[in-house]
Amino acid sequence: MLILEKLVIGHEGFELRADLSIAPGARVAVIGPSGAGKSTLLDAIAGFLPPKSGRVIFQGRDLGPLAPGERPVSMLFQDNNLFPHLSAAQNVALGLRPNLRLSKAEWQAVEACLDHVGLAGFGARKPGALSGGQRSRVALARVLLRDRPLMLLDEPFSALGPALKAEMLALVRELAVETGATLLMVTHDPGDAVMIGDQTVLVAEGQVHAPVETGELFSDPPEALRAYLG
Amino acid sequence: MARRAQPVSSVIWAGVAVAALVLALTLGTLAAVFWRAETLSALGPADWAAVRFTAMQALLSAALSVALAVPVARALARRRFPGRGLLITLLGAPFILPVIVAVLGLLAVFGRSGLVSDALVWAGFDPLNIYGLTGVVLAHVFFNLPLATRLILQGWLSIPAERFRLAASLGFAPGDIARVLERPMLRAVLPGAFVVIFVICTTSFAVALTLGGGPRATTVELAIYQAFRFEFDLSRAALLSTVQFAMSAVAAGLALWVAVPAMTGAGLDRLVERWDARGAALRAQDALWLLAVALFLLTPLGMVVLGGLRGLADLPVSVLQAALRSVLVSLGSALLMLCLALPMALAVVRLGHGLASNLLEGVGALAIAASSLVIGTGLFILIFPIADPQALALPVTALVNAVMSLPFALRALIPALRDIEGAYGRLADSLDMRGWVRVRLLLLPRLRRPLGFALGLAAALSMGDLGVIALFADPQEATLPLQLYRLMSAYRMEQAAGAALLLLGLSLGLFWLFDRGGRLRADT
Repeated sequence: MLILEKLVIGHEGFELRADLSIAPGARVAVIGPSGAGKSTLLDAIAGFLPPKSGRVIFQGRDLGPLAPGERPVSMLFQDNNLFPHLSAAQNVALGLRPNLRLSKAEWQAVEACLDHVGLAGFGARKPGALSGGQRSRVALARVLLRDRPLMLLDEPFSALGPALKAEMLALVRELAVETGATLLMVTHDPGDAVMIGDQTVLVAEGQVHAPVETGELFSDPPEALRAYLG
Repeated sequence: MARRAQPVSSVIWAGVAVAALVLALTLGTLAAVFWRAETLSALGPADWAAVRFTAMQALLSAALSVALAVPVARALARRRFPGRGLLITLLGAPFILPVIVAVLGLLAVFGRSGLVSDALVWAGFDPLNIYGLTGVVLAHVFFNLPLATRLILQGWLSIPAERFRLAASLGFAPGDIARVLERPMLRAVLPGAFVVIFVICTTSFAVALTLGGGPRATTVELAIYQAFRFEFDLSRAALLSTVQFAMSAVAAGLALWVAVPAMTGAGLDRLVERWDARGAALRAQDALWLLAVALFLLTPLGMVVLGGLRGLADLPVSVLQAALRSVLVSLGSALLMLCLALPMALAVVRLGHGLASNLLEGVGALAIAASSLVIGTGLFILIFPIADPQALALPVTALVNAVMSLPFALRALIPALRDIEGAYGRLADSLDMRGWVRVRLLLLPRLRRPLGFALGLAAALSMGDLGVIALFADPQEATLPLQLYRLMSAYRMEQAAGAALLLLGLSLGLFWLFDRGGRLRADT
């Protein structure tokens, strides 16, 4: 269970409030107008932005004192998810050991994860020699390898074309189901929300609303969402 | 960011420790000079003459460099011609050109038996005599006209192209453009360029040593050297060091006040499209300026190369030994610079924007105004009771040179580090890459280009330096610039020319090697 307990996040003159809980293993889309604070919410959960007040609790544990790398979180950003000077395999391996000192068995696990996302044999390539979709796959292979119970995705596929994006979302969904991780994904596209899974959280007007079933939400959108959807 | 939750990290401690060392070398050595100088006498007439000469030559050099740079920068900004990129690159070259090599080249052109004098004598006039104020200013203009041109060119290119387009559509004549667009830009850029060059010229030693001298053309730096080396009069050296420090402080204060332009060096290959400057007269005027500046910069270098080729074949063993020593000193100096610059840059970036980070950056920039002669005198005094300073001449030279190139290294590294942290810092945080792992796997690989550039700069500056080594060296342990100076003083001009070419090749070669090494296989 992920609990945002009376959370108040302030960032450069604006404030966002959240008081809700998300069931374990839920796949949740975070939707809302641009500038509403969707990314800010993820930053706070990931530990990049200390909250003004309130707590982030995951599996009964207050994440407050933990640095971003110590949290039970895998995060994908909008861009720069790979280090361009490291090979695909090294980029994945960082998810296991930040110092890249892996045992032979661990390197095999890296290979297996690359294989799993359809990139067998691509390990030695650097990101510059990969396509946009392949780069996303490398980042997802790292998420798979890290196997952290909370996956935070901040629109990592927004630069991809529609077909490729759908492919990636399917892969994300598959990985989340497989690992049983709780997934939060920021998107501005209602289609993505439907594709990713069960629930949707609406962020609008300084408020993070409690999650609702995605189908329900879009069949009878509340006022704030209606304004966004137009 | 989240890092503020962590205790003050080892990165910051390392940076502060290095900054303390730099502070000890720049200000601490001054204190040492004070401590050793038993009585501070008042400034004598000769000292006042040195102060006046230093200020006068710096003012003249800065004014001339900036004034001449304006038409050159204007021509570069609005003309497209083959070799434009090469000329702009050439304008960056004096920075890594050994002073003594340039002096030799200038003598070959403007000296008593140089090209210009030969022509004058042939036409029935007296030959030139550039020793003294003329020569010092000439050499300073040679070094700083390119710098001023680059700074002012940056100003020109910072005027948005749309403004020139708007001006063209309104039918502005060149005079209108000058009044509306160019003069406001120049008013903003020129004071900064002037002050930078003034500061550089106040700490001039090698130029004054070779082209100045005598009671009427001695800079304060040269006076320190003479008081120390010939009279071993420490109280006078201390007094003069204080004077030098005060002058530098005043100049640095000026620099803070007028907002010195940043030397980015990037994007100078852009061209301003100008519809107003298509007239034949303006084109001829621009061509003339460009030709003049290219000749002024290239002829002395060409003379060094031409003259050196003959002497290169039979260089004395002493020159080759000196060259080897110089290469070792310069490599050591580049390495030391790295050990100073990297921790400081890391700490500055880690501290974010604020007083602490500004202070740290300020300590790093101190060496711009610091005098290597003052540092050298202080180190000599400190070392003297415990070891033979002459035996330590080469390591001390490497260390002082490293401190002198520190400001330029920080200028290259800090913005690059900020960019890396901005782009990849959060990814590294989320993967728990900290401390040395972060440096090894993220920062160093992505810093390759600026690191290569900074190392190349430090190596070249150290290779060509004729400062501290002149204070310390014993005759057997000379570096190449010092050996070259000795050959010149002994009028062994053919050998000097060969040594100069060797020094030129080594300086440019070292810079090229490091800079190139940083660019090779740099994944972007």
